[in-house]
Amino acid sequence: MEIIRMKTDDTETLSIIGRIDTITSPQLQTVLVEAISLCEKVELDFAEVSYVSSAGLRVLLMGQKSANTAEKKMIVKNISSQVMEVLNITGFSGILNIV
Amino acid sequence: MKRITVPAHTDRLDEVLTFVDEAMINTEMDAMTKNDIRICVEEIFVNIASYAYPAGEGEVTLGISCELWQTAITFADSGMAYNPLAKSDPDISLPADDRDIGGLGVFMVKKLMDEISYRYENDENILTIKKACVRHPAYS
Repeated sequence: MEIIRMKTDDTETLSIIGRIDTITSPQLQTVLVEAISLCEKVELDFAEVSYVSSAGLRVLLMGQKSANTAEKKMIVKNISSQVMEVLNITGFSGILNIV
Repeated sequence: MKRITVPAHTDRLDEVLTFVDEAMINTEMDAMTKNDIRICVEEIFVNIASYAYPAGEGEVTLGISCELWQTAITFADSGMAYNPLAKSDPDISLPADDRDIGGLGVFMVKKLMDEISYRYENDENILTIKKACVRHPAYS
């Protein structure tokens, strides 16, 4: 997994490439925590994410909770149908801001 | 049935997934089905690696058989007896702030697979998952 970070004004976009699994999710967690602390709005671009396991979902949940607590915004965009299936069956489509 | 035995360690996950990918390579399964199977293999393998051997080292044996209509995968470990199916499902209707981080992996396996069964036999935990590969003509 690779994360490309791009910051414009008060928004940081994290473009994630590859799998968000048990091995790679700690890396995303580190970057996401930092981005939420530094910016008003964090966008997760999932266009190149083919796979999210429960370890990845835990990081997304943690990010959403941190954003809620800090009154900031976390958005997930460009989700593939394979990843959307996982978000739907786990109810995550209802707790994330998906565009 | 193809088999692989590896130490029950999360750092062996890539090896396990490569084994599963290679077993599925010449099957009729679509990308979504293969992806579902990969997710479930990760969830179960990581659970075993994390909890089966609290006292130390152990192994997991995976067996996979890809039939025309169905793929079946069996996980066997000789760690402590544990039935993951006995765990209650998480409440997926709760808002983010009330959601717990646990229990999602097994829940995803239950949702993504067509069949899941557990038995404890000869001091081994044996978990089997099954997924239909293509639509059987009898049901189409």
